[in-house]
Amino acid sequence: MFQNIGELMVLLWRTLNALPAAVRQRRKVFDQLFEIGNASLLMACILSLFIGGVIALQTGPVLAERGLSSAIGGLVGLSVCKELAPVMMAILIAGRIGSAMAAEIGSMRVYQEIDALRTMNINPIHYLVLPRMIAISIALPILVIFAILIGWFGGGMVAVYNEEIGLTFQAFLGNLRDVVDLGDVANGLFKSFVFAVVIGIVSCHQGLVTIGGPRGIGRSVTKAVVNSIVLILILDYFLTRFLMYLE
Amino acid sequence: MSDEEIKDAAPPSHSVGVRVKGLRKSYGGQPVLKGIDLEVKRGEIFVIMGPSGSGKSVFLKQIIGLENPDEGEILIEGESIHAEGVMDKYRLAMVFQSGALLNSLTVAENVGLYLSEHRLKSPSEINRISNEKLEFLGLKNVRDRFPSELSGGMKKRVAIARALVIDPQLILYDEPTSELDPLMTVTIGKEILDLSKRIHVTSIVVTHDRDLAFGVADRIAMMNDGNLVAVGIPDEIRHHRDPLIQRFLTADFNLNDKEPA
Repeated sequence: MFQNIGELMVLLWRTLNALPAAVRQRRKVFDQLFEIGNASLLMACILSLFIGGVIALQTGPVLAERGLSSAIGGLVGLSVCKELAPVMMAILIAGRIGSAMAAEIGSMRVYQEIDALRTMNINPIHYLVLPRMIAISIALPILVIFAILIGWFGGGMVAVYNEEIGLTFQAFLGNLRDVVDLGDVANGLFKSFVFAVVIGIVSCHQGLVTIGGPRGIGRSVTKAVVNSIVLILILDYFLTRFLMYLE
Repeated sequence: MSDEEIKDAAPPSHSVGVRVKGLRKSYGGQPVLKGIDLEVKRGEIFVIMGPSGSGKSVFLKQIIGLENPDEGEILIEGESIHAEGVMDKYRLAMVFQSGALLNSLTVAENVGLYLSEHRLKSPSEINRISNEKLEFLGLKNVRDRFPSELSGGMKKRVAIARALVIDPQLILYDEPTSELDPLMTVTIGKEILDLSKRIHVTSIVVTHDRDLAFGVADRIAMMNDGNLVAVGIPDEIRHHRDPLIQRFLTADFNLNDKEPA
């Protein structure tokens, strides 16, 4: 495990050092951005709509019973933007994009395409890792912005149309505005950026260390997704503590 | 022969001489190369032949610098490839067993990859060079196809075209005819010979294909179990008395053989 962490740190360091070469890889960054957006946007929207909805559904009746239904906006607003949108989107992206990254780089490794790059003096970190890292670090926070807005909308819909809650959309939104400020949204976006780096580096690393044939690729994909999700959930706690400390 | 003699032995061309001294490599304590010494002269086609698992492909990876040896030295024109800047100084190319074309790129993009990634030429110039190399290998009509749409033989020829783009001084071929039918084997063999004549490149070919080895080689080395058993011109190898070499060269489907190879 410690060797893995060490290798991840070295890969991250080398990728950061390669950042000045990012302009030259912009076409690949756009390709990757398109792929991530194309593969995940609809799914992200559906997921966040129902996440916002279920939070309102679970908490709304309890709060309404105690005459606190006006607090639903703030509760849904905060929980979606600070916690649920960044974490759930990161898990979704780890499953959809992290797995694809590990599989693609892993198959390139197994079928000697990476060796071929190296014989042409093309650095695989510049060519393969850097564009993916940049793309996922941009795409995940953007997806989280969509997820937050749609999550709020989902929560609002449930608050309005659920008979036990029966709030107006204006009241839901008013409370949300009172409780949630821009700092809370920035908090969620910062988390999602860190999660994106984790997914990118773990998945690219798993791809680069793939050995064996198709079974090896399968193993790398599984490890990339599982390790990313475990790291996301562990880091989420420490990031939350850190951000609370800053507040 | 000394390094100086290697330099002077071949006609002046842009090909390079290679000398390997005491090369050893192990994986997990299991020795794969057990002290290889050899020299490849400028412009010659040097074939390394031997059974599967004898260490031939590992040897090529050491020469191109994909892996580092545990012990020993690889010298190109008398300079160690592990010395600073030596690998940048000489243009080496490798044709992989599978072709190792990038599946996400078209044939033309694969061929021009080295030039485009290093920004050595303008896009139109890269296009022109890619077309020229593909035409050289009779592949111009497949320039816009993806590797997955090509046959095994075509993939290998595209890989050769990609290797040619860097104007190589040394080309390493790893099993260039594996998985190919006899006609395509002859075509690839002719291309190796043709390249050697037309661009005076030094070639190291790793194969277990006896027909290819004797068809193209200036000299042949027989490798077995991480050791070089014999080195010589094709006739010397053909008449070598080592029983292992004779078994390798004469193995056929004669079921009455007591000791099949």
